[in-house]
Amino acid sequence: MKTRRDFIKISTVGAGAAAITYKAFGSKGFGLFESNSVDPVSDEELTPYPTYCEVCFWKCAAWAYVDKSGKIRKIVGNKNDPHCNGRLCPRGTGGVGMVYDEDRLKTPLIRETRTDGTQHFREATWEEALDKVASKMKEVKEKYGPEAFGLFNHGTPGGQFHHLLRAYGSESNAEPAFANCRGPRSSAYFSTFGAYVGSPESTDIRDTNCLVLIGSHIGENMHNSQVQEMSDAIDKGATIITVDPRYSTAAAHSSFWLPIKPATDIALLMAWIHVLIYEGLYDKDYVEKYTFGLEYLKDHVKNMTPEWAYGITTIEPEQIRKTARAMAGAAPAVVIHPGRHVVWYGDDTQRGRAMAILTALLGAWGKRGGLYFPEGVSVPAYPHPHFHEPEWTWKDWNAGRYPLATMGITTELLKASVPKYNYKHQVKAWLVAGTNLPLSMPDKRLFKEAADAVEFIAVMDTMPMDITGYADVVLPEATYLERYDVIRSAANREPNIALRMPAIEPKYNTKPGWWIAKQIGERLGLHDYFNFEDYSEVIDWQLKQLGTSLEEMKKIGVKKYPRKSGPLYLGDGEDFEFNTSTGKIELYSVDFADHGFDPIPKYTKHPEPPANFYRLIYGRAPMHTFSRTSNNPNLSDLMSENSVWVNPKVADLWGLKRDQEVWLKNQDGVITSFPVKVRVTERIRWDSVYMVHGFGHNNKKLSRAFGRGASDTEMITNVAVDPIMGGTGMRGNFITFLTEDPALEGKEVKA
Amino acid sequence: MRYAMAIDTKKCVGCGDCVVACQTENNVPHGYCRDWIVERVDGTYPSLDLEFRSERCNHCDNSPCVRCCPTGASHIEDGGIVLVEHNKCIGCGACIQSCPYDARYSHPEGYVDKCTFCIHRVKKGQNPACVEVCPTKCLHFGDLDDPNSDVSLAIKDRKWKVLAPEAGTKPQLYFLT
Repeated sequence: MKTRRDFIKISTVGAGAAAITYKAFGSKGFGLFESNSVDPVSDEELTPYPTYCEVCFWKCAAWAYVDKSGKIRKIVGNKNDPHCNGRLCPRGTGGVGMVYDEDRLKTPLIRETRTDGTQHFREATWEEALDKVASKMKEVKEKYGPEAFGLFNHGTPGGQFHHLLRAYGSESNAEPAFANCRGPRSSAYFSTFGAYVGSPESTDIRDTNCLVLIGSHIGENMHNSQVQEMSDAIDKGATIITVDPRYSTAAAHSSFWLPIKPATDIALLMAWIHVLIYEGLYDKDYVEKYTFGLEYLKDHVKNMTPEWAYGITTIEPEQIRKTARAMAGAAPAVVIHPGRHVVWYGDDTQRGRAMAILTALLGAWGKRGGLYFPEGVSVPAYPHPHFHEPEWTWKDWNAGRYPLATMGITTELLKASVPKYNYKHQVKAWLVAGTNLPLSMPDKRLFKEAADAVEFIAVMDTMPMDITGYADVVLPEATYLERYDVIRSAANREPNIALRMPAIEPKYNTKPGWWIAKQIGERLGLHDYFNFEDYSEVIDWQLKQLGTSLEEMKKIGVKKYPRKSGPLYLGDGEDFEFNTSTGKIELYSVDFADHGFDPIPKYTKHPEPPANFYRLIYGRAPMHTFSRTSNNPNLSDLMSENSVWVNPKVADLWGLKRDQEVWLKNQDGVITSFPVKVRVTERIRWDSVYMVHGFGHNNKKLSRAFGRGASDTEMITNVAVDPIMGGTGMRGNFITFLTEDPALEGKEVKA
Repeated sequence: MRYAMAIDTKKCVGCGDCVVACQTENNVPHGYCRDWIVERVDGTYPSLDLEFRSERCNHCDNSPCVRCCPTGASHIEDGGIVLVEHNKCIGCGACIQSCPYDARYSHPEGYVDKCTFCIHRVKKGQNPACVEVCPTKCLHFGDLDDPNSDVSLAIKDRKWKVLAPEAGTKPQLYFLT
């Protein structure tokens, strides 16, 4: 055997792993199929149904293969789909586990108080559950106005409920995807280019000469087409530059890895900008023709030399110069990846701006191998009466703050639900659809406060996620493989649409989101907004407007359309007006200056961990999405719990051993509910620890996920709010280790 | 005809898609797998090296599992694919002991099970499920006797290694480095 430091099998059982015997499994989770047929079933004996995946937000189009007994045997990517090119990621392939997870929500539940004061859920009929939600909505409307009914949403079920709430008269909605995730990037790129980077991001990785990843860990985030294109870029010999305090998978596949000190990225970005300008490496023609504010920028970065940045970032000046020159040498075919989960330190919009400015200096926006111009299909809305404008919307909670927020801010929706914060516009009840708030939002204390304060919470989900524990009514949704849904029409290189149809009938007593929304709507007298019997009528009508039909889409799953908006890229010297106040790419942001924000990004120092504390960095594992998949039988087979990554130097200091269970305590004295195993690895710096997000579930009904690993979200109690758009910076939290069970403290223990 | 697989460690991200795809394609029971991921880290921060390998049965030319099987259940099919005939297998586990790659497991039904190179697909001219699904396209499969097959082209211009060459099994998984 060669010497090795880490040797970890990410597998269920195999070399070096303890042999798992049949007995250890009991009779549980053994094959998804009663008939444990030895031989695989050939594709010819299976019927494929088109769908698009809901395990993450990439929404890859796929075929669900159903056998003669009505079981989904496997899910395979649609070859004609630009999101996946026929290859799903492990989550998509494992989507089948979402259907056959025996812990699924199976029937509506209503919270009840027993005579002794304890509360429990009792099973209810749909009739009763829907009546309860509708009557509460009526009550809120009469007492406070419909605007007081809030919606937390994510993914496709969110769309169905957004429609319901608009029909009812409320636009008090927010989704974690904005303020707790990608919001800063949207505001940054919009203020620079007058356009959004979208989802999938319009990164032309396929044809790039240089891919720059700043904290973006492609390969661990499985943003499918980007993972595939990065692989193509490796084949073509593209330079990959990864900036990450952790030796990520992407870093391992990179030409340059810059192991940056956390919270100093803006300094590195400004030094790169300095090198491009002062070494004359920027695209002069492009900058002159399309941008505004070069002189301001030049003056601003004058002293932001690589040597200046070295003292801040710990990246050697030579490395900074070398990488800046590598980018310039590859320009304009350079992708500065805008990132996705970018709420780190509260100055995240400004970091996004620095990345956007770098993109502009390299002349990469609108260029082959840089960022292309995406185009989507506009799906016509199914006819319904006009929505009445609400008296107030989510915008009014911000009360003039966060001027560049383009969507509801989840934290504000929570605060608007707690009387003590004295918001002018109070929220009294919630609908939560497809998002697990206790794990998807920072500062659990605020969440609990708000959940306690509101009069009513209805939760729609497919799984007994932690959030369901706070519900008054639980509405069990059919999984994506058991329902019709909205037509997917994300912008891409080629405009396209994808169909989701049921591969099988909903299992148990679950119902599709559209049906639940419609039933509630009917009860509220909103029939005209739900003028259909079955959602397939809506889809068919829309598809016919788009020159196809449900019948055709059932056969092909994905349909592509020719572009109408012009070519993918800017022509040489083509005149182009950007959707900004100057009509140009704003190196100096006029909007920011008007609002009193820095028009050009500045580096600000962020707090550092105190003695014996380490910065908590969190991220993704390729087989899991958010906190949504940890109970999935197929995916928990691949990874059943998270661990806390600790550098060997730190492990020596604390005497920590591999797989030892520790509890984490953060700077505010909050301790994880569950212990987490230590992974001693060189892949993380000595001033930080790393955890995969989405574990440490607290709901016992999740038999595989309950208490497995620890929740990073619990440790995020310090939130740095981005003044520009309300993003919640979550990387300013520091943890220390407890090696003894904190529950035993102060208790008598028999020695 | 000699079926083989090449795995490009420069592209693999260790996502485990090959594992799930195999599980759903071949009805592998939960808690078991026919293929798996190995992650290997060398060096000290920040001078590091990381390798992911997607591993499975090596379908060896000189296969100890076939030699030591008392019933003939473990046998070699056309193209050198090593298979276990479940009905003949008595679950004695001799093959499990003999395999230097730990590629076999005892199926709860009482027989020994492992990767088949998806022979049911290969016979129809399709790729194995793991190859078909891999998002980084780091898996290459085909006939080594055909110089234009995907696997032949993959190992032609690249450095590669096999696992445990000292075992003398002549394994047919080629790891591109």
